[in-house]
Amino acid sequence: MTTVPVDASCAAPDQSAPLPASVDLEKETVITGVVTAADGSAVGGAYVRLLDATGEFAAEVVTSPAGQFRFFAAPGTWTLRALSRHGNGDTTVTAARGVTETGVQVG
Amino acid sequence: MSRDTALVSADWAEKNLGASGVVFVEVDEDTNAYDGGHLPGAIKLDWKTDLQDPVRRDFVNKEQFEALLSARGIGNDDTVVLYGGNNNWFAAYAYWYFKLYGHGDVKLLDGGRKKWELDARPLVKDLPSREQTTYSAQEPDTTIRAFRDEVVKAIGTQNLVDVRSPDEYAGRLLAPAHLPQEQAQRGGHIPTAVSVPWSKAANEDGTFKTDDELRAIYSAAGLDEGKDTIAYCRIGERSSHTWFVLKELLGHANVKNYDGSWTEYGSLVGVPVALGDEPGKA
Repeated sequence: MTTVPVDASCAAPDQSAPLPASVDLEKETVITGVVTAADGSAVGGAYVRLLDATGEFAAEVVTSPAGQFRFFAAPGTWTLRALSRHGNGDTTVTAARGVTETGVQVG
Repeated sequence: MSRDTALVSADWAEKNLGASGVVFVEVDEDTNAYDGGHLPGAIKLDWKTDLQDPVRRDFVNKEQFEALLSARGIGNDDTVVLYGGNNNWFAAYAYWYFKLYGHGDVKLLDGGRKKWELDARPLVKDLPSREQTTYSAQEPDTTIRAFRDEVVKAIGTQNLVDVRSPDEYAGRLLAPAHLPQEQAQRGGHIPTAVSVPWSKAANEDGTFKTDDELRAIYSAAGLDEGKDTIAYCRIGERSSHTWFVLKELLGHANVKNYDGSWTEYGSLVGVPVALGDEPGKA
């Protein structure tokens, strides 16, 4: 018998956890990276917002203590906007299937 | 209801920390945030383990809700101020839930955890102790809760508002983009539902936009104020955020939250589904 895996969760998972084994990188478009301050140090507890090509909000996560964030998006152009006590910042990224890494600097 | 009665600012909250008769409640799905630091004196409610029945897909019932609030030390006369992460999604869900069970005075902290943290306001790790109470809830107010059959009947006749992201609405994604996408149910939206992502109603610091801005957003989307409204999302918490805006901030008369939302509707056999960016036909 096949079970139907409906994830009844909507909150963001731990951003520093390894990618779950169930994530198929042939199908998923993962955008991941680290938020850093002007001096290069990682910013934990920053709010990172994923905005689509029209600027519309798609998702938001809080960075891990090491400043990491991760989104499951779709191929295309996205903006990452980070808000933190050290200031805000944003960057644009073009993602394809698999893992796309990009940093965001704030301040 | 209005902004003055349903919403409190971070400044008000900071001044009223520890005030008699005011209980701050953090509501999240992942309560690690609370454990790492919360508003001084705040207690926590876990969206999943405290507010969902452990067996059936439904709320805790009236008796379970009474037992929960009694054990956590919330009295019928207390002012309950709810806040949380994820732009107050789960706190808005809890607000709707407290209203459903008839709590008298319940408010949402504007901006939730995010604004509080970005403002560098105080967070503590110590756990408050509250005297147990004898809480008495009302029968569930189903005028604010929609079930699947009335949602199907509402197609083409009432306002249906899909508050998920545009890609979820169109059927290109099945979940918010911070979650893995593997899901079993069909993608798309309920035919005739307009797309107004919940995020349109919030500023980037998590606070709500002004009433004028909010009115402009929903009227531009084609929401007919003369009709009843049902809001839905994927599991009912983002739509609680929009329910709060329409019912509690803008004062629309008949607004329901469909907490079954897309995880129920998108798995039903025999119901119509629309794909793409347009509402589609009834």
